[in-house]
Amino acid sequence: MNELTAKDFRTDQEVRWCPGCGDYAILAAMQSFMPELGIERERTVFVSGIGCAARFPYYMNTYGMHSIHGRAPAIATGLATTRQDLSVWVVTGDGDALSIGGNHLIHALRRNVNLKILLFNNRIYGLTKGQYSPTSELGKVTKSTPMGSLDWPFNPLSLAIGAEATFVARAIDTDKAGTTAVLRAATEHRGSAFVEIFQNCPIFNDDAFSFVRDDKEGVNRIPLRDGEPITWGANAEKALRQRSDGSIEICEAGEEGVLVHDAHHEGAALAFALSRVTQDTHGGTPVGVFRAVERPVYDDLMAEQLATAVAKRGEGDLEALLHSGETWSIT
Amino acid sequence: MSKPVEQLSQVIVRFAGDSGDGMQLTGSQFTSETALLGNDISTLPDFPAEIRAPAGSLPGVSGFQVHFADFDILTPGDAPNVLVAMNPAALKTNIKDLPKGGTLIVNSDAFNERNLQKAAYETNPLEDGSLAEYQLHSVPLTSLTVGALKGIEGVTPREAERSKNMFALGLMSWLYGRPIEPTIEFLESKFAKRPEIAAANVKALQAGYAFGETTETFAVTYEVKPAKLRPGTYRNITGNQALSLGLVAASKLSKLPLFLGAYPITPASAILEELAGYKNFGVRTFQAEDEIAAAGAAVGAAFGGALGITTSAGPGVVLKAETIGLAIMLELPLVICDIQRAGPATGMPTKPEQGDLLMVLFGRNSESPVPVVAARSPSDCFDAAIEACRIALKYRTPVYLLSDAYLANGSEPWLLPGVDSLPDISTTFATEPNDGEDFLPYLRDEQTLARPWAVPGTPGLEHRIGGLEKADRTGNVSYDPDNHDLMTRLRAQKVAGIAGDIPELEVDDPSGDARILVLGWGGTYGPIAAACRRVRNNGRAVAHAHLRHLNPFPRNTGDVLRRYDNVLVPEMNLGQLLKLVRAEFLVDAVGYNRVRGLPLRAAEVADAIEALADQ
Repeated sequence: MNELTAKDFRTDQEVRWCPGCGDYAILAAMQSFMPELGIERERTVFVSGIGCAARFPYYMNTYGMHSIHGRAPAIATGLATTRQDLSVWVVTGDGDALSIGGNHLIHALRRNVNLKILLFNNRIYGLTKGQYSPTSELGKVTKSTPMGSLDWPFNPLSLAIGAEATFVARAIDTDKAGTTAVLRAATEHRGSAFVEIFQNCPIFNDDAFSFVRDDKEGVNRIPLRDGEPITWGANAEKALRQRSDGSIEICEAGEEGVLVHDAHHEGAALAFALSRVTQDTHGGTPVGVFRAVERPVYDDLMAEQLATAVAKRGEGDLEALLHSGETWSIT
Repeated sequence: MSKPVEQLSQVIVRFAGDSGDGMQLTGSQFTSETALLGNDISTLPDFPAEIRAPAGSLPGVSGFQVHFADFDILTPGDAPNVLVAMNPAALKTNIKDLPKGGTLIVNSDAFNERNLQKAAYETNPLEDGSLAEYQLHSVPLTSLTVGALKGIEGVTPREAERSKNMFALGLMSWLYGRPIEPTIEFLESKFAKRPEIAAANVKALQAGYAFGETTETFAVTYEVKPAKLRPGTYRNITGNQALSLGLVAASKLSKLPLFLGAYPITPASAILEELAGYKNFGVRTFQAEDEIAAAGAAVGAAFGGALGITTSAGPGVVLKAETIGLAIMLELPLVICDIQRAGPATGMPTKPEQGDLLMVLFGRNSESPVPVVAARSPSDCFDAAIEACRIALKYRTPVYLLSDAYLANGSEPWLLPGVDSLPDISTTFATEPNDGEDFLPYLRDEQTLARPWAVPGTPGLEHRIGGLEKADRTGNVSYDPDNHDLMTRLRAQKVAGIAGDIPELEVDDPSGDARILVLGWGGTYGPIAAACRRVRNNGRAVAHAHLRHLNPFPRNTGDVLRRYDNVLVPEMNLGQLLKLVRAEFLVDAVGYNRVRGLPLRAAEVADAIEALADQ
């Protein structure tokens, strides 16, 4: 078999995102990363809901389904649960995953179904042309909120951690190396992997993430590297430290108590505290894998139950099943 | 000395008591005992949605009606001949159904001031002469039970008292000559972990039986001879059990693993629970976070090559409409079981109705045809389930399977089919390109118009499908006006074409002289067939046709309808099939419609037929 390349993962369909859309970069990263996985194209499935991001499966030369608004995690659960041999990816957006599909997202995460869920967060409704989304900041002025939005936004990572997610990470659309590293870690994780990708919508919410996308000096990105002290800044002069109340503060890199990142820590408290570190609150944004812990996987458990039932009772026999219970004969 | 035995052709017994009195168990055990005697049986449980409404209250009354006979019967019976009332509330809510002269057995111990008050009786009906027109047997069931259980160690007085339903069952078993051995076996196995409770219940059962023999309250005992049913092996089965077995059979017959997505809802939950027990058949049951996810997961499983099923009742089915629209567009097999219950919104969860027909046909956006199959009796749910799966797999389409709360919980003897006699519903997956070197996911089979089913894992057939309109053949996204018109018509033609693949509508008209046709569908089969028998016994001809397929209709439906002077359509709704046949076939049919949350009564349908004949 010839080695696959990014080209093998492209379809003949014309990509129809707006010029400058962050989705292009994510698609390119995915197409060039896929061949590294060593998973056959035919065993890879992309499932999406509705929204700009949801067009993603049309452009991946794998199996794919562009489904209905918010329901992709549920549909993918049915697929992953019956087909453990597949690599199942869900591509979703902030409206799709957190608004109309919020229920399905949290339940897929708590079950730990073997799914890779990529949330392209642009903090706006793109496909419906510019209404505020559940991640838009309070007071966001849009077509549907001329005097500013009234609802407090979700923090997608805090939500995922609260929903018992076993793998939680963040990447930035234009950061190909960082995105690829996170996707690789997500792929290696057995169970639900949740990845928020900051994605720019140049039409309806341009520059929403310019503080990290254009951050050439690294003054705003806080890279999370497992086993290493969490430091950042042009000269890695800033660091994070945990207060006694569990919250996180900024300190100088050389100070005592600088946090050493541990994504595999069993407890979710530290990962949650890190998810609360934002540009607005701390002047920096953590990027990378926040949490990666092992927990039984829903589809594995279901397969085990089926195998146990067969071991105990033998392969189901239809004739015997129909004749079970109290029967009587008439001659 | 044994008492004289009187022969009866049929009996209808209703057990009624408080929700906590164990009436469903009593009724179903009486049914099991009766089944083993070879009678034909039909049962109807009638219980409140509340698990334990306040004890002794009117809303807390739970009932179970058993009709058994020495001939083939069609319904649980319009009204009981015998009513067993365990407390004043049970008497109050059920006595109106007992014809004058009927046998009434009451637990006199329960007729104390407090219970009488809860049932809104001002005076004690056992003493005020208001029951003079019935054959009243006032039996102190509670104290007799407690007395009989004295000396069984480890049984509290409360537990002893709770065995009174078994005393009542023992008494009824004696009265109608039913063997109690199967119930003893059942109790010993049910309470295997608490032998003292098993012993108490068995003792109560035996005491009730012995009480019948010795007391002077009952002068005679009754016998109902076995019915002349078709030879074969039978078991008693409820609609939900039969439907579950039908789905497991469909999985075996199609050689596809069964995936059920479901969210608990009355009266469909029993299917989820039943199927969860068949893991050794490769059955995967997924209790989803909501109705939408349940349907979605089934579609996902179908995309992966499983037999995808979702089960619910009307209030859940409305939520699935969006997913069913997707399955129509994806052209993937999916079976949606709607166990219909009464009323809009929450309505009356435990009561039957046929109110969802128009919803399942039309309750989706745009032109979105879905085949519809309906079961006609509890055991028929088995065959209907296989038929729904057959159509879904062959035509790559969502299919609705309609049952209702009466079929779901009602039971009847089921002549077990030989596995060899069941249809082959196997299907094939696409494994090769179908257009030179290319794979076209929407290149249709010329005969069925079904598209190929290529499941992930098949090399070379990678493709993307979705809810956006598909280009013919390629399945690519298309906004082309003529393509949309074509695809809309193709989807409609595919479903309409199923008419060529289902049996013609059969008419039951023994004399061949009928000028009136009664057209029914689904769960009203029993009452309508019984009504037609009555009308014929009164010397008039009437024809009966019953639809299993509601979309498409059998190809001869119009011809059949036009053959008669009058067409009567009885339904447990306000005229949904009626509307369809009038629109489709321009036939001036009339309806008979009741929405009482109860099965139609044979007598009222017979009256409606005769009234139409008299016009």
